[in-house]
Amino acid sequence: MDFLRPASWEEALAAKAEHPTAVPIAGGTDVMVEINFDHRRPEYLLDLNRIGELTEWEVGGENVRLGASVPYTAIMENLRAELPGLALASHTVASPQIRNRGGVGGNLGTASPAGDAHPALLAAGAEVEAESVRGSRMIPIDEFYTGVKRNALAADELIRAVHIKKADGPQQYSKVGTRNAMVIAVCAFGLALHPETRTVRTGIGSAAPTPVRARAAEDFLNAALEEGGFWESGNIITPSVAKQFAQLASGACNPIDDVRGTAKYRRHAVGIMARRTLGWTWEQYRGTARTLEGAA
Amino acid sequence: MRVNFTVNGRRQEADDVWEGESLLYVLRERLGLPGSKNACEQGECGSCTVRLDGVPVCSCLVAAGQVEGREVVTVEGLADFARQREQGSCASGACGTSLQDAQSWSAAPRDGVTDSQTGEGTELSPIQQAFIDAGAVQCGFCTPGLLVAADEMLERTPSPSDEDIREALSGNLCRCTGYEKILDAVRLAAARQERKEEAV
Repeated sequence: MDFLRPASWEEALAAKAEHPTAVPIAGGTDVMVEINFDHRRPEYLLDLNRIGELTEWEVGGENVRLGASVPYTAIMENLRAELPGLALASHTVASPQIRNRGGVGGNLGTASPAGDAHPALLAAGAEVEAESVRGSRMIPIDEFYTGVKRNALAADELIRAVHIKKADGPQQYSKVGTRNAMVIAVCAFGLALHPETRTVRTGIGSAAPTPVRARAAEDFLNAALEEGGFWESGNIITPSVAKQFAQLASGACNPIDDVRGTAKYRRHAVGIMARRTLGWTWEQYRGTARTLEGAA
Repeated sequence: MRVNFTVNGRRQEADDVWEGESLLYVLRERLGLPGSKNACEQGECGSCTVRLDGVPVCSCLVAAGQVEGREVVTVEGLADFARQREQGSCASGACGTSLQDAQSWSAAPRDGVTDSQTGEGTELSPIQQAFIDAGAVQCGFCTPGLLVAADEMLERTPSPSDEDIREALSGNLCRCTGYEKILDAVRLAAARQERKEEAV
Protein backbone atom coordinates (compact mmCIF):
# COMPACT_ATOMS: atom_id res chain seq x y z
CA MET A 1 0.00 0.00 0.00
CA ASP A 2 1.17 3.52 -0.78
CA PHE A 3 0.19 6.58 1.18
CA LEU A 4 -0.19 9.63 -1.03
CA ARG A 5 -0.15 12.99 0.71
CA PRO A 6 -0.92 15.78 -1.75
CA ALA A 7 -0.34 19.25 -0.32
CA SER A 8 -2.78 20.98 -2.66
CA TRP A 9 -5.98 20.28 -4.57
CA GLU A 10 -4.13 20.28 -7.89
CA GLU A 11 -1.70 17.69 -6.55
CA ALA A 12 -4.61 15.58 -5.34
CA LEU A 13 -6.25 15.64 -8.78
CA ALA A 14 -2.95 14.70 -10.41
CA ALA A 15 -2.50 11.82 -7.99
CA LYS A 16 -6.05 10.56 -8.59
CA ALA A 17 -5.49 10.78 -12.36
CA GLU A 18 -2.29 8.81 -12.08
CA HIS A 19 -3.75 6.25 -9.68
CA PRO A 20 -7.49 5.92 -10.36
CA THR A 21 -7.74 3.07 -7.82
CA ALA A 22 -6.51 5.34 -5.04
CA VAL A 23 -9.02 5.54 -2.19
CA PRO A 24 -9.47 9.09 -0.91
CA ILE A 25 -9.36 9.38 2.87
CA ALA A 26 -10.41 12.48 4.80
CA GLY A 27 -12.10 11.83 8.15
CA GLY A 28 -11.37 8.12 7.79
CA THR A 29 -14.57 7.15 9.55
CA ASP A 30 -15.60 4.80 6.72
CA VAL A 31 -12.29 3.92 5.06
CA MET A 32 -10.39 3.06 8.25
CA VAL A 33 -13.13 0.72 9.44
CA GLU A 34 -12.80 -1.25 6.22
CA ILE A 35 -9.02 -1.36 6.50
CA ASN A 36 -9.07 -2.27 10.21
CA PHE A 37 -11.38 -5.19 9.45
CA ASP A 38 -9.44 -6.29 6.42
CA HIS A 39 -12.41 -5.72 4.16
CA ARG A 40 -10.38 -3.53 1.92
CA ARG A 41 -6.73 -3.31 0.96
CA PRO A 42 -6.44 -0.36 -1.38
CA GLU A 43 -3.29 -0.04 -3.41
CA TYR A 44 -3.15 3.64 -2.62
CA LEU A 45 -4.59 5.79 0.14
CA LEU A 46 -5.01 9.40 -0.93
CA ASP A 47 -4.93 11.59 2.18
CA LEU A 48 -6.91 14.82 1.77
CA ASN A 49 -6.22 16.22 5.25
CA ARG A 50 -3.49 18.55 4.13
CA ILE A 51 -5.76 20.40 1.73
CA GLY A 52 -7.06 23.20 3.91
CA GLU A 53 -9.66 24.53 1.49
CA LEU A 54 -11.68 21.31 1.80
CA THR A 55 -12.60 22.25 5.38
CA GLU A 56 -13.86 25.71 4.41
CA TRP A 57 -17.33 26.87 3.44
CA GLU A 58 -18.77 29.96 1.80
CA VAL A 59 -22.25 31.30 2.28
CA GLY A 60 -23.40 32.84 -0.99
CA GLY A 61 -26.65 34.47 -2.05
CA GLU A 62 -28.46 31.27 -2.97
CA ASN A 63 -26.15 28.46 -1.99
CA VAL A 64 -23.72 27.35 0.65
CA ARG A 65 -20.57 25.96 -0.90
CA LEU A 66 -19.55 23.36 1.64
CA GLY A 67 -16.01 21.99 1.36
CA ALA A 68 -15.99 18.22 1.12
CA SER A 69 -14.19 17.75 4.44
CA VAL A 70 -16.02 20.29 6.61
CA PRO A 71 -16.67 18.20 9.72
CA TYR A 72 -20.24 17.62 10.87
CA THR A 73 -19.42 19.47 14.09
CA ALA A 74 -18.70 22.64 12.11
CA ILE A 75 -21.97 22.28 10.17
CA MET A 76 -23.92 21.96 13.43
CA GLU A 77 -22.17 24.92 15.00
CA ASN A 78 -22.01 27.32 12.07
CA LEU A 79 -24.65 26.54 9.47
CA ARG A 80 -27.79 25.93 11.50
CA ALA A 81 -29.59 28.92 9.96
CA GLU A 82 -28.55 28.35 6.34
CA LEU A 83 -28.77 24.56 6.32
CA PRO A 84 -31.15 23.57 9.13
CA GLY A 85 -31.94 20.13 7.71
CA LEU A 86 -28.31 19.20 7.22
CA ALA A 87 -27.39 20.62 10.64
CA LEU A 88 -30.02 18.39 12.26
CA ALA A 89 -28.86 15.41 10.23
CA SER A 90 -25.26 16.13 11.22
CA HIS A 91 -26.23 16.07 14.87
CA THR A 92 -27.54 12.51 14.47
CA VAL A 93 -24.24 11.26 13.09
CA ALA A 94 -22.58 8.78 15.45
CA SER A 95 -20.77 10.59 18.26
CA PRO A 96 -18.80 13.80 18.90
CA GLN A 97 -15.54 12.02 18.02
CA ILE A 98 -16.91 10.91 14.66
CA ARG A 99 -18.56 14.26 13.93
CA ASN A 100 -15.20 15.95 14.53
CA ARG A 101 -13.69 13.97 11.66
CA GLY A 102 -16.42 12.97 9.24
CA GLY A 103 -17.96 15.23 6.63
CA VAL A 104 -20.44 15.33 3.77
CA GLY A 105 -17.82 14.64 1.08
CA GLY A 106 -17.09 11.27 2.66
CA ASN A 107 -20.78 10.50 3.07
CA LEU A 108 -21.22 11.14 -0.67
CA GLY A 109 -18.09 9.22 -1.61
CA THR A 110 -19.25 6.17 0.35
CA ALA A 111 -22.82 6.67 -0.93
CA SER A 112 -24.27 4.27 1.59
CA PRO A 113 -28.07 4.28 1.51
CA ALA A 114 -27.84 4.80 5.28
CA GLY A 115 -25.63 7.90 5.13
CA ASP A 116 -27.16 10.51 7.41
CA ALA A 117 -26.55 13.55 5.20
CA HIS A 118 -28.32 12.24 2.08
CA PRO A 119 -31.98 12.82 2.99
CA ALA A 120 -31.16 16.38 4.05
CA LEU A 121 -29.28 17.08 0.81
CA LEU A 122 -32.10 15.63 -1.30
CA ALA A 123 -34.70 17.70 0.55
CA ALA A 124 -32.76 20.96 0.45
CA GLY A 125 -31.57 20.57 -3.13
CA ALA A 126 -27.86 20.32 -3.85
CA GLU A 127 -25.20 19.81 -6.45
CA VAL A 128 -21.93 17.95 -6.03
CA GLU A 129 -18.85 19.72 -7.35
CA ALA A 130 -16.70 16.94 -8.78
CA GLU A 131 -13.35 17.58 -10.36
CA SER A 132 -10.59 15.78 -12.19
CA VAL A 133 -7.61 16.86 -14.23
CA ARG A 134 -10.07 16.85 -17.16
CA GLY A 135 -12.14 19.57 -15.56
CA SER A 136 -14.89 20.36 -13.11
CA ARG A 137 -18.59 19.48 -13.26
CA MET A 138 -21.67 19.88 -11.13
CA ILE A 139 -23.67 16.72 -10.49
CA PRO A 140 -27.28 17.29 -9.35
CA ILE A 141 -27.87 15.40 -6.12
CA ASP A 142 -30.81 13.52 -7.69
CA GLU A 143 -28.41 11.99 -10.22
CA PHE A 144 -25.55 11.35 -7.83
CA TYR A 145 -26.59 8.08 -6.20
CA THR A 146 -26.48 5.27 -8.74
CA GLY A 147 -26.68 2.11 -6.64
CA VAL A 148 -25.87 0.59 -3.27
CA LYS A 149 -22.64 2.35 -2.31
CA ARG A 150 -22.26 3.58 -5.87
CA ASN A 151 -22.19 7.11 -7.13
CA ALA A 152 -21.80 9.07 -10.35
CA LEU A 153 -18.12 9.88 -9.84
CA ALA A 154 -15.65 8.83 -12.52
CA ALA A 155 -12.54 6.95 -11.40
CA ASP A 156 -10.33 10.02 -11.71
CA GLU A 157 -12.74 12.41 -9.99
CA LEU A 158 -12.71 13.77 -6.47
CA ILE A 159 -15.45 15.62 -4.60
CA ARG A 160 -14.33 19.15 -3.94
CA ALA A 161 -17.47 20.67 -2.45
CA VAL A 162 -21.23 20.40 -2.21
CA HIS A 163 -23.38 23.35 -3.20
CA ILE A 164 -26.50 23.26 -1.08
CA LYS A 165 -29.49 25.57 -1.49
CA LYS A 166 -29.83 27.92 1.45
CA ALA A 167 -33.04 27.26 3.32
CA ASP A 168 -35.93 29.50 2.27
CA GLY A 169 -38.26 27.84 4.76
CA PRO A 170 -38.34 25.33 7.61
CA GLN A 171 -36.54 22.01 7.28
CA GLN A 172 -36.67 18.93 9.45
CA TYR A 173 -34.89 15.64 9.74
CA SER A 174 -35.94 12.47 11.49
CA LYS A 175 -34.05 9.25 12.03
CA VAL A 176 -35.05 5.93 13.54
CA GLY A 177 -32.49 4.07 15.61
CA THR A 178 -32.25 2.12 18.81
CA ARG A 179 -30.71 5.01 20.72
CA ASN A 180 -29.76 8.64 20.18
CA ALA A 181 -26.02 8.25 19.67
CA MET A 182 -23.94 5.81 17.69
CA VAL A 183 -26.59 4.34 15.47
CA ILE A 184 -26.75 3.63 11.79
CA ALA A 185 -30.18 4.70 10.67
CA VAL A 186 -32.85 2.01 10.49
CA CYS A 187 -34.43 4.58 8.22
CA ALA A 188 -34.42 8.38 8.00
CA PHE A 189 -36.48 11.15 6.44
CA GLY A 190 -35.67 14.72 5.54
CA LEU A 191 -38.22 17.33 4.54
CA ALA A 192 -37.81 20.91 3.40
CA LEU A 193 -40.48 23.50 2.71
CA HIS A 194 -39.56 25.88 -0.09
CA PRO A 195 -42.07 28.73 0.24
CA GLU A 196 -40.39 30.74 -2.54
CA THR A 197 -41.25 28.12 -5.12
CA ARG A 198 -44.19 26.76 -3.12
CA THR A 199 -42.79 23.28 -3.19
CA VAL A 200 -41.94 20.61 -0.68
CA ARG A 201 -38.94 18.34 -1.16
CA THR A 202 -38.13 15.14 0.64
CA GLY A 203 -35.35 12.64 1.11
CA ILE A 204 -35.53 9.05 2.34
CA GLY A 205 -32.55 7.28 3.85
CA SER A 206 -31.91 3.59 4.45
CA ALA A 207 -35.14 2.39 2.87
CA ALA A 208 -34.10 1.76 -0.74
CA PRO A 209 -30.88 0.76 -2.54
CA THR A 210 -29.98 4.44 -2.71
CA PRO A 211 -31.15 7.56 -0.92
CA VAL A 212 -34.28 8.64 -2.79
CA ARG A 213 -36.85 11.39 -2.94
CA ALA A 214 -40.49 10.54 -2.42
CA ARG A 215 -41.48 12.09 -5.74
CA ALA A 216 -45.10 10.96 -5.88
CA ALA A 217 -45.61 12.19 -2.33
CA GLU A 218 -44.06 15.55 -3.19
CA ASP A 219 -46.18 15.94 -6.33
CA PHE A 220 -49.35 15.08 -4.48
CA LEU A 221 -48.58 17.44 -1.61
CA ASN A 222 -47.50 20.31 -3.85
CA ALA A 223 -50.77 20.06 -5.76
CA ALA A 224 -52.86 19.73 -2.61
CA LEU A 225 -51.19 22.71 -0.92
CA GLU A 226 -51.62 24.82 -4.06
CA GLU A 227 -55.25 23.84 -4.58
CA GLY A 228 -56.18 24.42 -0.98
CA GLY A 229 -54.38 27.78 -0.85
CA PHE A 230 -52.42 26.57 2.15
CA TRP A 231 -49.27 28.59 1.37
CA GLU A 232 -51.28 31.86 1.54
CA SER A 233 -53.63 30.97 4.37
CA GLY A 234 -51.13 29.13 6.54
CA ASN A 235 -54.00 26.90 7.59
CA ILE A 236 -53.37 23.59 9.27
CA ILE A 237 -52.89 20.91 6.63
CA THR A 238 -55.97 18.74 6.35
CA PRO A 239 -55.33 15.41 8.12
CA SER A 240 -56.42 13.45 5.06
CA VAL A 241 -53.82 15.27 2.95
CA ALA A 242 -51.09 14.55 5.50
CA LYS A 243 -52.19 10.92 5.62
CA GLN A 244 -52.09 10.54 1.86
CA PHE A 245 -48.65 12.21 1.79
CA ALA A 246 -47.42 9.73 4.40
CA GLN A 247 -48.77 6.76 2.44
CA LEU A 248 -47.13 7.92 -0.76
CA ALA A 249 -43.81 8.49 1.06
CA SER A 250 -44.07 4.99 2.42
CA GLY A 251 -44.70 3.74 -1.09
CA ALA A 252 -41.52 5.41 -2.35
CA CYS A 253 -39.50 2.97 -0.25
CA ASN A 254 -37.95 -0.17 -1.61
CA PRO A 255 -36.42 -1.54 1.56
CA ILE A 256 -34.87 -4.82 2.58
CA ASP A 257 -35.00 -6.92 5.74
CA ASP A 258 -31.72 -6.74 7.61
CA VAL A 259 -30.33 -6.82 11.14
CA ARG A 260 -31.44 -3.26 11.82
CA GLY A 261 -35.06 -3.71 10.81
CA THR A 262 -37.55 -5.35 8.49
CA ALA A 263 -38.72 -3.93 5.19
CA LYS A 264 -42.25 -3.74 6.56
CA TYR A 265 -41.14 -1.74 9.58
CA ARG A 266 -39.10 0.63 7.42
CA ARG A 267 -42.07 1.35 5.15
CA HIS A 268 -44.22 1.99 8.17
CA ALA A 269 -41.69 4.20 9.93
CA VAL A 270 -40.98 6.29 6.82
CA GLY A 271 -44.70 7.07 6.57
CA ILE A 272 -44.77 8.14 10.21
CA MET A 273 -41.67 10.31 9.81
CA ALA A 274 -43.08 11.88 6.66
CA ARG A 275 -46.26 12.90 8.47
CA ARG A 276 -44.36 14.16 11.52
CA THR A 277 -41.73 16.17 9.66
CA LEU A 278 -44.48 17.72 7.55
CA GLY A 279 -46.33 18.64 10.75
CA TRP A 280 -43.23 20.11 12.40
CA THR A 281 -42.17 22.18 9.40
CA TRP A 282 -45.69 23.36 8.68
CA GLU A 283 -46.09 24.54 12.28
CA GLN A 284 -42.83 26.46 11.88
CA TYR A 285 -44.06 27.93 8.59
CA ARG A 286 -47.25 29.08 10.24
CA GLY A 287 -45.06 30.77 12.83
CA THR A 288 -46.91 29.33 15.76
CA ALA A 289 -44.41 26.75 16.88
CA ARG A 290 -42.05 26.74 19.74
CA THR A 291 -38.44 26.31 18.77
CA LEU A 292 -38.17 22.96 17.11
CA GLU A 293 -34.42 22.71 17.00
CA GLY A 294 -33.37 19.30 18.11
CA ALA A 295 -36.66 17.74 17.11
CA ALA A 296 -34.66 15.17 15.17
CA MET B 1 7.00 4.68 6.20
CA ARG B 2 8.16 7.00 8.92
CA VAL B 3 5.76 9.27 10.81
CA ASN B 4 6.88 12.34 12.72
CA PHE B 5 4.41 13.91 15.08
CA THR B 6 4.03 15.41 18.52
CA VAL B 7 2.74 13.19 21.30
CA ASN B 8 1.97 14.80 24.64
CA GLY B 9 4.06 17.86 23.81
CA ARG B 10 7.18 16.01 22.65
CA ARG B 11 8.33 15.25 19.13
CA GLN B 12 8.17 11.55 18.34
CA GLU B 13 9.12 9.44 15.40
CA ALA B 14 7.56 6.13 14.50
CA ASP B 15 9.37 3.87 12.06
CA ASP B 16 8.30 0.96 9.88
CA VAL B 17 4.72 2.13 9.98
CA TRP B 18 2.48 0.27 7.54
CA GLU B 19 0.51 2.65 5.32
CA GLY B 20 -2.87 1.29 6.38
CA GLU B 21 -2.07 1.44 10.07
CA SER B 22 -4.16 3.48 12.49
CA LEU B 23 -2.90 6.14 14.86
CA LEU B 24 -4.08 3.87 17.67
CA TYR B 25 -1.79 1.06 16.51
CA VAL B 26 1.15 3.46 16.23
CA LEU B 27 0.56 4.74 19.76
CA ARG B 28 0.18 1.32 21.31
CA GLU B 29 2.51 -0.89 19.33
CA ARG B 30 5.16 1.47 17.94
CA LEU B 31 5.45 3.97 20.80
CA GLY B 32 4.54 1.67 23.67
CA LEU B 33 1.65 3.81 24.92
CA PRO B 34 -1.16 1.37 25.76
CA GLY B 35 -3.31 3.94 27.58
CA SER B 36 -5.55 4.43 24.55
CA LYS B 37 -7.53 1.22 24.39
CA ASN B 38 -8.25 -0.93 21.40
CA ALA B 39 -11.73 -2.38 21.45
CA CYS B 40 -14.08 -2.01 18.50
CA GLU B 41 -11.73 -0.60 15.83
CA GLN B 42 -14.72 1.01 14.14
CA GLY B 43 -15.33 4.21 16.08
CA GLU B 44 -18.26 2.81 18.04
CA CYS B 45 -16.83 2.65 21.54
CA GLY B 46 -14.62 5.69 22.12
CA SER B 47 -12.02 3.72 24.13
CA CYS B 48 -9.25 4.97 21.86
CA THR B 49 -10.20 8.66 22.11
CA VAL B 50 -7.24 11.04 21.87
CA ARG B 51 -6.96 14.69 20.95
CA LEU B 52 -5.69 15.46 17.47
CA ASP B 53 -4.74 19.13 17.22
CA GLY B 54 -6.95 19.64 20.27
CA VAL B 55 -10.01 17.85 18.87
CA PRO B 56 -11.28 14.57 20.36
CA VAL B 57 -11.16 11.79 17.78
CA CYS B 58 -11.17 8.01 17.67
CA SER B 59 -7.52 7.20 17.06
CA CYS B 60 -8.51 3.88 15.49
CA LEU B 61 -10.02 5.80 12.56
CA VAL B 62 -7.11 8.15 11.92
CA ALA B 63 -4.60 6.79 9.42
CA ALA B 64 -1.07 6.99 10.78
CA GLY B 65 0.11 9.03 7.81
CA GLN B 66 -2.55 11.63 8.51
CA VAL B 67 -0.90 12.67 11.79
CA GLU B 68 2.39 13.69 10.19
CA GLY B 69 3.39 17.00 11.77
CA ARG B 70 0.31 17.16 13.97
CA GLU B 71 -0.22 17.14 17.74
CA VAL B 72 -1.69 14.28 19.70
CA VAL B 73 -2.55 14.18 23.38
CA THR B 74 -3.13 10.78 24.95
CA VAL B 75 -4.39 9.86 28.38
CA GLU B 76 -0.79 9.34 29.52
CA GLY B 77 -0.11 13.04 28.98
CA LEU B 78 -3.43 14.28 30.31
CA ALA B 79 -2.15 15.31 33.76
CA ASP B 80 0.63 17.40 32.29
CA PHE B 81 -1.70 18.79 29.63
CA ALA B 82 -4.21 19.88 32.28
CA ARG B 83 -1.49 21.47 34.42
CA GLN B 84 -0.13 23.46 31.50
CA ARG B 85 -3.60 24.61 30.57
CA GLU B 86 -4.12 25.87 34.10
CA GLN B 87 -0.79 27.65 34.18
CA GLY B 88 -1.58 29.19 30.82
CA SER B 89 1.83 28.47 29.40
CA CYS B 90 4.83 26.29 29.51
CA ALA B 91 6.38 28.05 32.51
CA SER B 92 9.06 25.57 33.44
CA GLY B 93 10.40 25.20 29.91
CA ALA B 94 10.22 21.44 30.23
CA CYS B 95 6.70 20.83 29.09
CA GLY B 96 5.09 17.74 27.82
CA THR B 97 5.44 14.16 28.90
CA SER B 98 8.47 12.20 27.82
CA LEU B 99 7.91 8.89 26.10
CA GLN B 100 9.53 7.10 29.00
CA ASP B 101 7.32 8.79 31.59
CA ALA B 102 4.27 8.14 29.45
CA GLN B 103 5.18 4.49 28.99
CA SER B 104 5.57 3.92 32.70
CA TRP B 105 2.58 6.03 33.72
CA SER B 106 0.50 4.28 36.31
CA ALA B 107 -2.13 5.35 38.79
CA ALA B 108 -1.64 2.18 40.80
CA PRO B 109 -0.35 2.44 44.39
CA ARG B 110 3.41 2.35 44.64
CA ASP B 111 5.04 -1.03 44.97
CA GLY B 112 5.25 -2.29 48.49
CA VAL B 113 3.13 0.52 49.89
CA THR B 114 0.01 -1.04 51.30
CA ASP B 115 -1.72 2.01 52.73
CA SER B 116 -1.32 4.06 49.59
CA GLN B 117 -4.38 4.90 47.50
CA THR B 118 -4.83 4.80 43.78
CA GLY B 119 -3.33 7.89 42.22
CA GLU B 120 -1.22 8.88 45.21
CA GLY B 121 2.07 8.02 43.61
CA THR B 122 1.62 10.14 40.51
CA GLU B 123 0.34 13.44 39.28
CA LEU B 124 -3.27 13.31 38.17
CA SER B 125 -5.38 15.71 36.16
CA PRO B 126 -8.49 17.03 37.93
CA ILE B 127 -10.73 14.79 35.84
CA GLN B 128 -8.67 11.73 36.74
CA GLN B 129 -8.84 12.60 40.44
CA ALA B 130 -12.59 13.12 40.16
CA PHE B 131 -13.03 9.69 38.55
CA ILE B 132 -11.20 8.08 41.45
CA ASP B 133 -13.05 10.11 44.08
CA ALA B 134 -16.46 9.38 42.56
CA GLY B 135 -15.76 5.67 42.10
CA ALA B 136 -16.26 6.00 38.37
CA VAL B 137 -13.75 3.30 37.49
CA GLN B 138 -14.88 -0.31 37.42
CA CYS B 139 -13.01 -2.54 35.00
CA GLY B 140 -11.28 0.58 33.72
CA PHE B 141 -11.23 -0.23 30.05
CA CYS B 142 -13.41 2.68 28.94
CA THR B 143 -11.80 5.08 31.42
CA PRO B 144 -8.96 6.52 29.29
CA GLY B 145 -11.31 7.46 26.45
CA LEU B 146 -13.83 8.93 28.87
CA LEU B 147 -11.12 10.97 30.60
CA VAL B 148 -9.91 12.50 27.35
CA ALA B 149 -13.47 13.24 26.17
CA ALA B 150 -14.61 14.62 29.53
CA ASP B 151 -11.50 16.77 29.96
CA GLU B 152 -12.05 18.35 26.56
CA MET B 153 -15.70 19.02 27.35
CA LEU B 154 -14.80 20.76 30.63
CA GLU B 155 -12.26 22.89 28.77
CA ARG B 156 -14.92 23.95 26.25
CA THR B 157 -17.92 24.07 28.60
CA PRO B 158 -16.74 24.94 32.11
CA SER B 159 -20.21 24.70 33.67
CA PRO B 160 -21.84 21.84 31.83
CA SER B 161 -25.46 20.82 32.20
CA ASP B 162 -26.24 17.12 32.51
CA GLU B 163 -27.25 17.25 28.86
CA ASP B 164 -23.88 18.70 27.90
CA ILE B 165 -22.14 15.89 29.76
CA ARG B 166 -24.28 13.17 28.21
CA GLU B 167 -23.77 14.62 24.77
CA ALA B 168 -20.00 14.91 25.17
CA LEU B 169 -19.70 11.34 26.43
CA SER B 170 -22.22 9.82 24.02
CA GLY B 171 -19.43 8.29 21.95
CA ASN B 172 -17.89 6.41 24.86
CA LEU B 173 -19.32 3.07 25.86
CA CYS B 174 -18.94 1.57 29.35
CA ARG B 175 -19.92 -2.10 29.38
CA CYS B 176 -19.81 -2.26 33.17
CA THR B 177 -22.66 0.23 32.77
CA GLY B 178 -21.19 2.48 35.41
CA TYR B 179 -22.57 5.57 33.71
CA GLU B 180 -24.16 7.13 36.79
CA LYS B 181 -20.84 7.32 38.64
CA ILE B 182 -19.12 8.51 35.50
CA LEU B 183 -21.63 11.36 35.32
CA ASP B 184 -21.02 12.00 39.03
CA ALA B 185 -17.29 12.22 38.38
CA VAL B 186 -17.69 14.76 35.61
CA ARG B 187 -20.10 16.83 37.72
CA LEU B 188 -17.55 16.68 40.57
CA ALA B 189 -14.71 17.83 38.34
CA ALA B 190 -16.89 20.65 37.00
CA ALA B 191 -17.85 21.76 40.51
CA ARG B 192 -14.22 21.73 41.65
CA GLN B 193 -13.21 23.70 38.57
CA GLU B 194 -15.91 26.29 39.29
CA ARG B 195 -14.87 26.61 42.91
CA LYS B 196 -11.28 27.12 41.91
CA GLU B 197 -12.25 29.83 39.47
CA GLU B 198 -14.35 31.60 42.07
CA ALA B 199 -11.40 31.57 44.47
CA VAL B 200 -9.14 33.28 41.94
